Amino acid sequence: MTEQGPVLRMEGITKRYGGVRALDDAHLHVRAGRIHAILGENGAGKSTLIKVLSGVVTPDAGAIFIDDRPVTFPTPAAANEAGVACIFQELSLIPDLTAADNILIGNPPRRMGLIDRRRQRRLAEEALVRAGGSDIHPLALVRDLPLSRRQIVEIAKALVRNPRILILDEATSALTAADVETVFELLKRLRSEGLALLYISHRMHEIAELADECTVFRNGRNVATFAAASRTDREIVEMMIGREFKSQFPPRPAVGKRETQPILDVRDLIWRPRLNQVSLTVRAGEVVGLGGLDGQGQTELLLALFGVLRGLKGDIRIAGKAIEIASPGAASSEGIGMALIPADRKTEGLLLPMTVRENLSLSALGRFSPFGVVNRESERRSVAEMIALLNIKPDGAEVPVATLSGGNQQKVVIAKWLMLRPRIILLNDPTRGIDVGTKQEIYALLRRLADGGAAILFYSTDYDELVGLCDRVLVMYEGAVQRELEGDTLTERALVGSALNMRWAADGDGSGASAPT
Amino acid sequence: MKEWKYFFAQHRGALAAALLFFVMFTIYAVNHPAGLTPNVVQTAANKGVLLALVAIGQTFVVLTAGIDLSVGMVFVLCNCVASYVVAGSPTMVAFGIAAVLATGLFCGAANGAIVIFGRLQPIVATIASGAVYFGLALWLRRSPGASPKFSSDLADVMTGKVLGIVPSSGIFLAAIVLCVWIPFRRSPLGRAVYATGSSESAAYMSGVPVKRAKFAAYMFSGFFSALGGLFLTFFTYSGEASSANGSTYTLYSIAAVVLGGVSLFGGRGSAIGAVFGALAFRAIGDLLFVFDVDPLWQPLFQGTVLLLAVSVGSARLLGVRNKLELFS
Repeated sequence: MTEQGPVLRMEGITKRYGGVRALDDAHLHVRAGRIHAILGENGAGKSTLIKVLSGVVTPDAGAIFIDDRPVTFPTPAAANEAGVACIFQELSLIPDLTAADNILIGNPPRRMGLIDRRRQRRLAEEALVRAGGSDIHPLALVRDLPLSRRQIVEIAKALVRNPRILILDEATSALTAADVETVFELLKRLRSEGLALLYISHRMHEIAELADECTVFRNGRNVATFAAASRTDREIVEMMIGREFKSQFPPRPAVGKRETQPILDVRDLIWRPRLNQVSLTVRAGEVVGLGGLDGQGQTELLLALFGVLRGLKGDIRIAGKAIEIASPGAASSEGIGMALIPADRKTEGLLLPMTVRENLSLSALGRFSPFGVVNRESERRSVAEMIALLNIKPDGAEVPVATLSGGNQQKVVIAKWLMLRPRIILLNDPTRGIDVGTKQEIYALLRRLADGGAAILFYSTDYDELVGLCDRVLVMYEGAVQRELEGDTLTERALVGSALNMRWAADGDGSGASAPT
Repeated sequence: MKEWKYFFAQHRGALAAALLFFVMFTIYAVNHPAGLTPNVVQTAANKGVLLALVAIGQTFVVLTAGIDLSVGMVFVLCNCVASYVVAGSPTMVAFGIAAVLATGLFCGAANGAIVIFGRLQPIVATIASGAVYFGLALWLRRSPGASPKFSSDLADVMTGKVLGIVPSSGIFLAAIVLCVWIPFRRSPLGRAVYATGSSESAAYMSGVPVKRAKFAAYMFSGFFSALGGLFLTFFTYSGEASSANGSTYTLYSIAAVVLGGVSLFGGRGSAIGAVFGALAFRAIGDLLFVFDVDPLWQPLFQGTVLLLAVSVGSARLLGVRNKLELFS
């Protein structure tokens, strides 16, 4: 299949939202039997491009061609019809239906007008096996499945449509390492079967492994298309952010001030079955990472510290004092001074229809309201200060948070908690699905906060981040801290090894440890 | 074994409602002075079927995460229409029944159009349209009555007993569930209704015809309310524009749906559950009768049972150890 014309052409696609051009005369050619990666910061126009291609958004101008025939996609159903299937980052599954129902929702097998459940189940089982989800029961309700399994169902659902063009939008961000492997095998097989794949990811090593071609988007335009591996990571990142790429991670302070008493001291914390005797300490000025495979109790640990879990056993000491944390309200009170940046910003972190100002001041409202009435002036001042500190764009405080890009929304979540000036900051995978530029800003900010005396406990699924940013990393395995890595032992290899609970991980050799500078 | 678990998980609400009904009905029948005779069953079935039909209608809309507060008024309006047109020769009666059902379908279509194309909140849209339907009913029947040629023969058949044992209204109810609900549940349209109620945006993204699903749900709601109104006419031989009836049936239909395990958030539950919910709710009233309690206590008692039943449904929340699950 050498040098045949592109299956998919998008020409001159333009889409405006109000005054903002999300896409501005964008072009894209995708050929069959290729994996085509789309790169770009959040807000570069990738998601809009995909929405146009999957029929969710109608472009203001431009044309789409499939096999050189012009097509229009007024609805997602029309796009499916034309052979375009999309695996969405925000899952498009229906929680109250079974996995099998979901997989075949677009076109269930019918007999005499009714859904043929036996055949549906067989088809769903086949699709699940192809997608690497043979452990998922087709009759399980999607609401009862963990996130990584839902993602597999989502992939199976796209496969069952036998698409010619398959779009993956951050499709691996919720998957465990083992799942990612299965999915990659699958994608390579689909490529050899002649599908055209569009692959969107923020994980550079995934793109390096999979992609044949890359297109970089910036400010709604495609700025460059090139064969994969013909540019260095550094060059690609520079194309994406349009400015010189400096070290991704801020420098670490020299190891030293270890004598100080820990601010957060946890001993034998138990919440069965997810937490089995977790002990850890975090000192002022430290950024401590939480690593390990997904679902080893990291999220539960953060929730436990923040007073969300009931029936907890063990000791939590704040600045040396044993304390019972009954609720998030208590945890964030001035006596304890804790903040949790949640994983799911849309449901746990933000009130989407409310404005940036209202979101920012929500947790700290008591402090602006000396007599039970909000003092608008002091609220406005603090909000403006935070917007400037975190460089939240657009810098108007009175726009609904829902209109901001993902990166800026995450900044609002972080800023909201900084308003309380917390001493202990817990973060639950805060950079998931966020662009490189915003990530860098968040890293720098965390380091600044630590330098200012905060104790930071930082859970991440991104090993680069843990290695590059943290002073120490605690690797969790089956609900306990399995290993502590710091200094020379803190390498990506050691992290992966201890995450899988392997003994050889002790000999850190530094490979893959340094930040890509 | 495992298969069974999945089945149970999906039908928990309906099974619980069925259990509640059978327990209550057994207590009722055992304590009834006449015992479990065909006549006792017939009376219970005739009373239960009215609410059951309206509750089935409500189920369709609630499954889409909407609510239809006009069901009671459609029920009353169709009762008034039926009192005029279900009369005369068999052919005319047939046309009359068709006209009654068409009235219900029209009301449902109007509701659907207002909610979908007018983009109004279902709760507001159906309060308003319900008032209009009640106005029409009043205009038709200023005072209770019926056409002199009202087909009381048909009415007697539909409220009587088959072979002297089985209540025909019960058979009708079972038949309608079998012929309408079961196929609906297995049809692509039915799946679209569940999908829309469970997550409208995900359904839209998956290419599910969301608008068609909602529209169909309101049509079904109107249709079943009309069937209820028709049956009311069979029992009373007359039509009456009773505001009390309309409001009561609207509220009780929601109670029955909740008791039957249908989630007011949409996407979960079934009409079979709602039928048992309706029968159980009716059985509560009958229980008071056999224990010779003053009927004045009925609302208090029904309300208490409803609260208790709903509390049992949410008892699992007491065992929640992760407080975030309280909100999902």
